Parts: sequence; structure tokens; C-alpha cells
Amino acid sequence: MLLIRCPYCEEERPELEFRNAGEAHIARSANMAGESDDDFEKFFFIRSNPKGIIYERWRHMHGCARFFNAVRDTVTDKFVMTYKAGEPKPTKLPKNSNEVVAK
Amino acid sequence: MKKYSVFAIAREAMRGHKGWEEQWSSPEPRKEYDVIIVGAGGHGLATAYYLATVHGITNVAVLEKGWLGGGNTGRNTTIIRSNYLYDESAGIYDHALKLWDGLSQELNYNVMYSARGVMMLAHNVHDVQVLKRHVHANRLNGIDNEWLTPEQAKEFCPPLNTSKEARYPVVGASLQRRGGTARHDAVAWGYARGASARGVHIIQNCEVTGVKRAANGAVMGVDTTRGFIGAKKVGVVAAGHSSVIMNMAGVRMPLESYPLQALVSEPVKPVVPCVVMSNTVHAYISQSDKGELVIGAGTDQYVSYSQTGGLHILQHTLDAICEMFPIFTRMKMLRSWGGIVDVTPDRSPILAKTPVPGLYVNCGWGTGGFKATPGSGHVFAHTIARDDPHPINAPFTIERFRTGRLIDEAAAAAVAH
Repeated sequence: MLLIRCPYCEEERPELEFRNAGEAHIARSANMAGESDDDFEKFFFIRSNPKGIIYERWRHMHGCARFFNAVRDTVTDKFVMTYKAGEPKPTKLPKNSNEVVAK
Repeated sequence: MKKYSVFAIAREAMRGHKGWEEQWSSPEPRKEYDVIIVGAGGHGLATAYYLATVHGITNVAVLEKGWLGGGNTGRNTTIIRSNYLYDESAGIYDHALKLWDGLSQELNYNVMYSARGVMMLAHNVHDVQVLKRHVHANRLNGIDNEWLTPEQAKEFCPPLNTSKEARYPVVGASLQRRGGTARHDAVAWGYARGASARGVHIIQNCEVTGVKRAANGAVMGVDTTRGFIGAKKVGVVAAGHSSVIMNMAGVRMPLESYPLQALVSEPVKPVVPCVVMSNTVHAYISQSDKGELVIGAGTDQYVSYSQTGGLHILQHTLDAICEMFPIFTRMKMLRSWGGIVDVTPDRSPILAKTPVPGLYVNCGWGTGGFKATPGSGHVFAHTIARDDPHPINAPFTIERFRTGRLIDEAAAAAVAH
């Protein structure tokens, strides 16, 4: 079971309290009806599914119930960092994930 | 290839078993092949086998980054059935089921296909409606499936708890008698032996690191840890890593990869005579010929390539097993493991040509690909050989996620997801 740090509660909690909500930073069109089939497919079905660093959404379902984003390595399942919803996708990742958690 | 038979056993017994030959050879890779298959699991090896036997294409390499059959082929729970709801699914899964029947003879290799029946339990009104709909849909498609009362279910599987006092009482069940199990490793080995004997090169410990494309976009071959290998046709059959390989060719896929776990108990005398599945309590179980109870769990909720999953997933499954079979509450579990399954948004596979000329993909089997192995290899070989899909796999395109012609098969795993 993963230990996940909720950036709102500022606590590391067991995975059972959370729901994964899929890949992060996929922008929903403001004009969905005007989307082409190609663009709708990219938005709705195509996923990066990376072997390595993934940017994903989680929801602290049985805690504060809020959505947030996380950066995780899909090979080791280790979290690099978590950050609040709405914050930009981090361009530089911390080298040592433990330092971030310790903050 | 020396044929296996009772006479071969007698002959070898007479001379100290010194005459058995290797089941497949491990040749050095050539510079170029007519077809490269990426992934030596059951589906990839079956594809190579049918390319050689049905289409006469033997200049084929099957590249495997690890060892043959060491991915999901060796990690699944070996269940075979074809009781899927939609016509497209019924077509492909029953095509496979028909090939299972007689596969041991075809391959001259005992894959231990045992049509012991797959029983799916209903615990509430909704289950009854859904399963009866499946029974009717299957029968319209010529697939055997029948409805059982709780008493008939108990008769078919005596250790099942059909007490009315159960928290989730069994109120009925559907039964596909042709469903059952097979020996998963033997399927990979049998296809590998058959393909190798016809000249197919099976190259293990050879990881694909890139897909090379010509100026016109067509496939030229693949970069591997053993150097570049050329081919004008490349079939990607890499299960959980399919999207990784497809990305190397510049194709983004509607796939996500999740860990899926399974576990087996200590071996016991025969006690579960069939396969039992339940959507509602979320578990399924069968018994191997070695005597282990083989139990399948659900996927973890997050994308991962770690081939391991959370313990709470197994615990949840075992809770459900003990609910269905209270007699197993004191059984000891022997081992558990995880595999990485590639899941499509509609839970149906993709077996198709791709936007890249010469590149073909067979993926998205999600949590239930083993049962389809012979059928999948058979129609995928057709797709590669003719550069045109077989009518059976024609609906399983990548483009369906753009056009909306989904094959929305919630029955794919037979457990809720």
C-alpha cells in the first residue's frame, strides 16, 4: 500500500484514504461540442501511460476530499512530490524525494 | 522436431532419456527478417506459429526482453471462457475457444485444456438480470451458456456456500460448460516449439529499445540491446509495455497499465471441480492440477510497471473467497505475484494495423487475455500476413476511439471494475 502526502492536510496517509483520478494536466475544452473527433479522442482516451515519471491526480476521498496532483515514478511507485490542484506542472523535480516529504 | 508420443517415452526410457532434444533453438539474430514480433508471450508466439503454419511466412523473429512466457503468460490464472456479451467479443473469444479444443493435438504438446466449466454467480436481482442477458446473448451467438438455480450451482460445485444466511446469498448462476482452464506455461512452450521447428527465431534477452522508420514513415526495423534488426513488418504484442513500444514509433495509445495480482494456496486434494467467479463479491477461483487453489485479485488503482501491487487488494479478494467458500478460511496461501496489464477505455483489445505502415499491434487485453491466446495469434497472423485484418478482428481497431464504435465489454474481467 502506498503512503501518500496530501498537500492540503500536509500529512502522509495510507492509500486506502485516496482515490486515483488518472493522468493530470489534461485540459478540458471550454467548448466540448466544438471539439473535432481527433481532439476529443486525445482528450478523452489517449493517455501517456509512462514507464517512469507520471503526473497524476489523486483525491483525498476519506480525508479532506480534495483533488491534488502528484509526481510518481511508475517503475518504483515512489512519490517524487505532491502539489495542490491548479498549481502549474513542475518543470524541475527535486532530486531527493525524501527532502520534500521532510519539509 | 521429434514428435512426442507414448512410443517416444518408451524409446527414451530404454536409453536413459538421452535423446530428448531442445524444444526450441536459441539462434543468433539475423540482420533482417520478413516479420518481427515484439514479445514472446503466448499471443506473440501463437502469432509466429500461425504465420508459419497458415501463411507460410517462416522468416520471422520473436524478440523477448526477458524469458519466453515470463510476463503475463506465466502470471495469469489460466481461465478460458467465451461468454462475452457483444457480437464482436463473442466472435473473437469463441474463435479462440474453438482452437483450444484440439490445440494439444495440433501442437503435439499437452496444454492441458480442461473444459471443467466456468460458473458465474448471481447474488442479487441486478446480477440475475445481467447474467441472464449474457446467457441469452451468448446462445444467440451459438455459444453455450445456461442458467442454474442455487441448488444446481451447489450440485455443480459442492464446496460453494449457497446458504440463505450468507451475507451475499447465491440466487443463481450462469454456466459455460466449455469454459475451463489450461496449463499457461505449456501454451507458450508448445507454440514456441511449433514455431521454432518451422524456422521461426525466438530470441530471448533481447529488449527492443527503438522502432526505426523510413523517410516515408514505414517501419524499417527495431533497435535492440543486441543491435539493429531490420524488418518491413513489425507486430507489437508486448502486453503491459505495448504503449511504451508504440511510443517508440511515435504512436500514442488509448492504454493504461496497471498491476494485477494473483495468488495460490498450498496444494490440497481436489475440492473445486470448476471455475467459480463472482462479480459482486469480486473474486474468482479454480484449482490447478497440482492442487493449489488459484485465485485472481483485482487491479490496483494507479498506473504502474512495478509488477507488484498492494496487499490490501489481495486481502479484499480473500475476504470474498472466504465469503463464497467458508471451508477455505483456514487455508494457507503459498505465494502471490503481480503482472502489468494494459487496459483500454472500453475493456476490449486492439488487434489492428496502425497509422504507421508495416506496424501492427495486438494489445489491450487487460485483465483477461490468456483465454484468447490461440484466436488472437491466429487472426493477428492473418492481419500481418495480408496487411488486412481478419473479419473476426476487424472491429478491434485503434480508430474506434475516434469514431466512437466502441466494444464496451464490461464482462472482460468478469469482476467489477
